[in-house]
Amino acid sequence: MTAIAATPSAPPVWLGRLARRAEAVVIPVGALLVGLAAFSLFLILVGKPPVTFFQLVAKAGFGTSFSWTNTLSRTAPLLLAALCVALPARLGLVVIGGEGAIVLGGVAAGAIGAALTGFPAIIGIAFMLVAGAVIGGLWIGAVGYLRHARGVNETISSLLMAYIAIALMNHLVEGPLRDPASLNKPSTAPLDAALRIGDIPGLGVHWGLAAGVLACIAAWVLIEFTTTGFAARIAGGNVRAAEIQGLPVGRLIIGFCALAGACAGLAGAFEVAAVHGSANGSLAAGYGYTGILIAFVARQNPLAIIPVAILLAGFEASSGLVQRRMDVPDATVLVLQGFVLISILASETLYGRFKIFDPARWGGEARP
Amino acid sequence: MTELGLWGVPLAMLGGAIRVSTPFLFVSLGECLTERSGRINLGLEGTLVFGAMSGYAVAYLTGSAWAGVGAAAVAGILFGLVHGLLCSLPRVNDIAIGIALMLTGMGLAFYFGKPYIQPVAPDLPAIPLGWWSDQSQVQAALRVNVLFVIGAVLAVAMAWMFRNTRIGLTIRVVGDSADAARALGIGPRRVRILSTAAGGALAGIGGAYLSLYYPGSWTEGISSGQGLMAVALVIFARWSPINCFWAALLFGGAGALGPALQSVGVSEGYYLFYAAPYVLTLGLLVATSSRTRALTGAPGELSITK
Repeated sequence: MTAIAATPSAPPVWLGRLARRAEAVVIPVGALLVGLAAFSLFLILVGKPPVTFFQLVAKAGFGTSFSWTNTLSRTAPLLLAALCVALPARLGLVVIGGEGAIVLGGVAAGAIGAALTGFPAIIGIAFMLVAGAVIGGLWIGAVGYLRHARGVNETISSLLMAYIAIALMNHLVEGPLRDPASLNKPSTAPLDAALRIGDIPGLGVHWGLAAGVLACIAAWVLIEFTTTGFAARIAGGNVRAAEIQGLPVGRLIIGFCALAGACAGLAGAFEVAAVHGSANGSLAAGYGYTGILIAFVARQNPLAIIPVAILLAGFEASSGLVQRRMDVPDATVLVLQGFVLISILASETLYGRFKIFDPARWGGEARP
Repeated sequence: MTELGLWGVPLAMLGGAIRVSTPFLFVSLGECLTERSGRINLGLEGTLVFGAMSGYAVAYLTGSAWAGVGAAAVAGILFGLVHGLLCSLPRVNDIAIGIALMLTGMGLAFYFGKPYIQPVAPDLPAIPLGWWSDQSQVQAALRVNVLFVIGAVLAVAMAWMFRNTRIGLTIRVVGDSADAARALGIGPRRVRILSTAAGGALAGIGGAYLSLYYPGSWTEGISSGQGLMAVALVIFARWSPINCFWAALLFGGAGALGPALQSVGVSEGYYLFYAAPYVLTLGLLVATSSRTRALTGAPGELSITK
């Protein structure tokens, strides 16, 4: 071994690491392109020019400073919604009901905010955000608890709970929490102007974006650099092995789910405090479902979530202009998302298939 | 109308259970077939919605409701084939692909369904089992759609197939152990692809029932998670087609609770009653799951119960 390593002609180890990193970038990006190509084919088949579509997306999503503001405002909840999928995924859990935590987090923030009229802004806003995070955390934390304590499949339970959450929101917003003044669109009482969260100075985008980016970075640090994150990765790889090692698998599962739900709940609270100004049916805007797509495209990596969320937010932000100019239904974006997601998920099969990415070929350690 | 009084509630629930349960019945039978072969298809929700749209569109264009049902079944086969083929690739997760196909099915249904929100397509025929009564409420409650009867017969036929036929045995072996199947000379991949495709066809028919009979028109909110609840329903029914029938009736009854109460004037907490089927599903899931032992009757290769 040492003799070979000492040979001057042997390739350096870092090349092997680079190859492995390259694989983790090239395959998803390639799959994204294949998904976009399939979507272009779909557009051609229905008689719409794909080039125009992408030009419009580029213009309306990323072309001007106004479109960037629009895109980044939509990015904020998507970052947090994607974390709701990515964090439990570290433990091998597929949680897809983030929409429920968003909705209930928003209602909690709306109810607390309406009750705190006249409070100093800092305290009122802090209470609203904490309320959203706590309710969201409890909601998805319960999914984790059911998984650990009763073996209930988290994919199905979280989705059923999302439907229950939306029904609960409708009940609360139409009934006990309804502001009598909201006639056409039942809402909670509007927030005091002081309790509205404003924009990041000079950006025109509300503070939820900063919170989302910070949460992504924090989640990345948690997973990559802490013992807890390391334990979670072991438990995600093999539960039995983790249990034998004495790792607190139950606490990890419930904790990561609660953290994930707190992110989603925070997203709902920001939507209420910074965008809508009261809790109402607009909270169920489908951010939770777009979050699933983002998390999978980012391969559950919290840092990769940031660029992917911006890309998807740009697609969604341009949806209105694309609809009008190309005369297509609003579901076009949904079709695009479906195609991309299928392509990305199917590309899982390609890992390890390409010799060029094999670290052993570049002098690194062989693939485990 | 009023002479039935509060008796109207159980009657409306029975009628409602029969009406609401049919899509549950078809999707759960399809999911049961797929899961028995060792795969799980969460995409049936998307198949259901696309089946509802394509069934409605074809029924409107041809003037025949049964042509719509056929089209929905074909669409379901295509979705099932995509799921089956993609999940045959190594390391591709069937749950995740199911979620992707769910989004795709809904996206395509909404895309192509926009022009069909207004027009009126022909309905599927119903059998008036309430002919003996002169009460209009009783008659209305006991109008049973042909598809419900077909579904009930199908449940019995499928149970018989699993128990007594070569095909049924093949599917069961593949679902319990791919290795055992290979030892018997059966290709698990082909069996799973075909089972998923057939399961998709049934889900598509369930969707056609939604748009062609009850509620009987195509809207984007036509399925609120029925395809997903069917997955939980199959677990509750312990992978038995006969139990799927009873479970579907139960879920249908829960779904009919809100409208039944509303029909007699109880509108307080309407949205909470609307959540009843989801709460029931979750409750049953919690009650029947266990942390330590595998679920009785679960196919051995099923990822969701491992």
